[in-house]
Amino acid sequence: MLVGDRGKYLGIIMGLTFASLLITQQSSIFTGLMTRTYGAITDLSQPDIWVMDPKVLFIDDIKPLQDTELYRVRGVEGVEWAVPLYKGLLKARLEDGNFQICNVLGLDDATLIGGPPQMIQGSLSDLRRQDAIIVNDIGARTRLAKRPKERGGKAIPLQIGDTLEINDHRAVVVGICKVSRTFQSNLLYNTTYSRATVFAPRERKLLSFVLVKARAEEDLKILCERIKTSTGLAAYTSQEFKDVTYNYYMKYTGIPINFGIAVALGFLIGTAIAGQTFYNFTLENLRYFGTLKAMGATNGILLRMILLQALMVGSLGYGLGVGGASLFGYILGGTELSFRLTRDLLFVSAGAITLIIIFSALISIRKVMRLEPAIVFKA
Amino acid sequence: MLTNGMAVSCRGVAKTYTTGSTKVLALRGINLDVRVGELLMLVGPSGCGKTTLISVIAGILDHDEGDCLVFEQNLRDMGQTQKTRYRGTNIGFVFQAYNLIPTLSVMENVAVPLLILGRNRTEAHSRAKEMLVRVGLEDKLAVLPADLSGGQQQRVAIARALVHSPKLIVCDEPTSALDADTGRLVMEILRQTALSADRALIIVTHDSRIFNFADRIARMDDGRITLVEPQVAHT
Repeated sequence: MLVGDRGKYLGIIMGLTFASLLITQQSSIFTGLMTRTYGAITDLSQPDIWVMDPKVLFIDDIKPLQDTELYRVRGVEGVEWAVPLYKGLLKARLEDGNFQICNVLGLDDATLIGGPPQMIQGSLSDLRRQDAIIVNDIGARTRLAKRPKERGGKAIPLQIGDTLEINDHRAVVVGICKVSRTFQSNLLYNTTYSRATVFAPRERKLLSFVLVKARAEEDLKILCERIKTSTGLAAYTSQEFKDVTYNYYMKYTGIPINFGIAVALGFLIGTAIAGQTFYNFTLENLRYFGTLKAMGATNGILLRMILLQALMVGSLGYGLGVGGASLFGYILGGTELSFRLTRDLLFVSAGAITLIIIFSALISIRKVMRLEPAIVFKA
Repeated sequence: MLTNGMAVSCRGVAKTYTTGSTKVLALRGINLDVRVGELLMLVGPSGCGKTTLISVIAGILDHDEGDCLVFEQNLRDMGQTQKTRYRGTNIGFVFQAYNLIPTLSVMENVAVPLLILGRNRTEAHSRAKEMLVRVGLEDKLAVLPADLSGGQQQRVAIARALVHSPKLIVCDEPTSALDADTGRLVMEILRQTALSADRALIIVTHDSRIFNFADRIARMDDGRITLVEPQVAHT
């Protein structure tokens, strides 16, 4: 019946598509953004455990440790190896005199553990060269890029061999790497731990994290507890540290509320459009529902009819909305947009659309269930 | 076959409509018999209770007092679900405004009562096709109701009312939306195809042009049957 009423049929599908699109798209952007909050942890895949000051709330909340903590951690039973990691924000002076704040990672000099997951140019071992730094590709192309030679021309990406000044220290680009986008900054230098501490302003404590590899068959939770007990520091598995960082952003930033409002808006608008249109369709067709009742259709049959129609428009609207959101993510995949459409989000969107169509169907069903079949003889 | 030969037997049937504090006595103790194999017309002025009476007889409206037996089944003894199933099996409806579902084809519309009864689609369509042949619409199977004339739509409605072989057919003003010739044609089809020795027809009408198709005419006024008279001059 509903398919024949093209206007209402398309209206309901449009409403559901809009709801599905907005819910999926905004949730995907939110998920993408939240994934970026722990991008640096994801990139450092080698260590099992991160050790840090107990007051650290998230990955960029650096509360430096004394260098001696590294040796204490190494002394804990079950630790295969432990290496230092410097993480901090330092000012880099560019060739044109401009300054940029960059995320600097200082890797263990001996092992270079914690290096970028993918090198585009150069090699990680080039960090052992004098004043060497490795820059991420986005930083090299954008804010670290050199001024164009001609007025109005294109900026020239930073290349191997180019030099910068970090805190008045010379730094030479020896490689370009690719890293996961992070929440705060897209500019990243990798260098050795000792060089990073030279670049960094003078402080008594400079060790940001101790990265730990557990011995084979060692239970990570138990090892974390042992490190905590032995050193008084906080120790998290990589997944736990991701969760700590994720929870910080969820709790202390307005991001979930902002995206939540957009998602709720999609849900409400979808419900309003689909619900009202579906109800109007039912009202306009009460005569036919009455006719079916008079001809022997039970409430159960009519209920199934309405639910089937709701399911049909719901499936179409959901499919189109999710398809639209996926297309949006695909087209803008190469840009700054954070977009991560996970399987869970597909279920969330499907759940929301199901709720909308159940609500829409329910208000119609109520009307049809109460319908007196005698209505068929009314003019 | 029924022992007493009655399709419908109403005794003291009363129905009151209540709207707020206003009460309207629509049926005031109706006594009426409709014989099997008979075409009975219910006639009378607007608001006299004709539609209320066929609604009660067809089991789509509950009455307040009295007994209404349809093929010896007392409708008052039935629950709503039982009554719904009873209607689906035993009653055929023809409406003034046809009430054909506009988004279904002619054949699909006719097949609806069978689908409601749980018959499979192939069987239902096959039977619907047979009925449409009987009412002379075999060339309109795939057409939508909106593409048919009023007379053709009413013939589809007749086919739909007969497709599941009900025992009783109730028609509400089947010809009042049609011109004289078409109305006559529809009545001829109704008499030829719907009326049989084991079935009864009740037609509510204002249309005096079709009175001569009735076996008997029951006149109503103010919620009562005032006269039941035979009509013998069938054309």
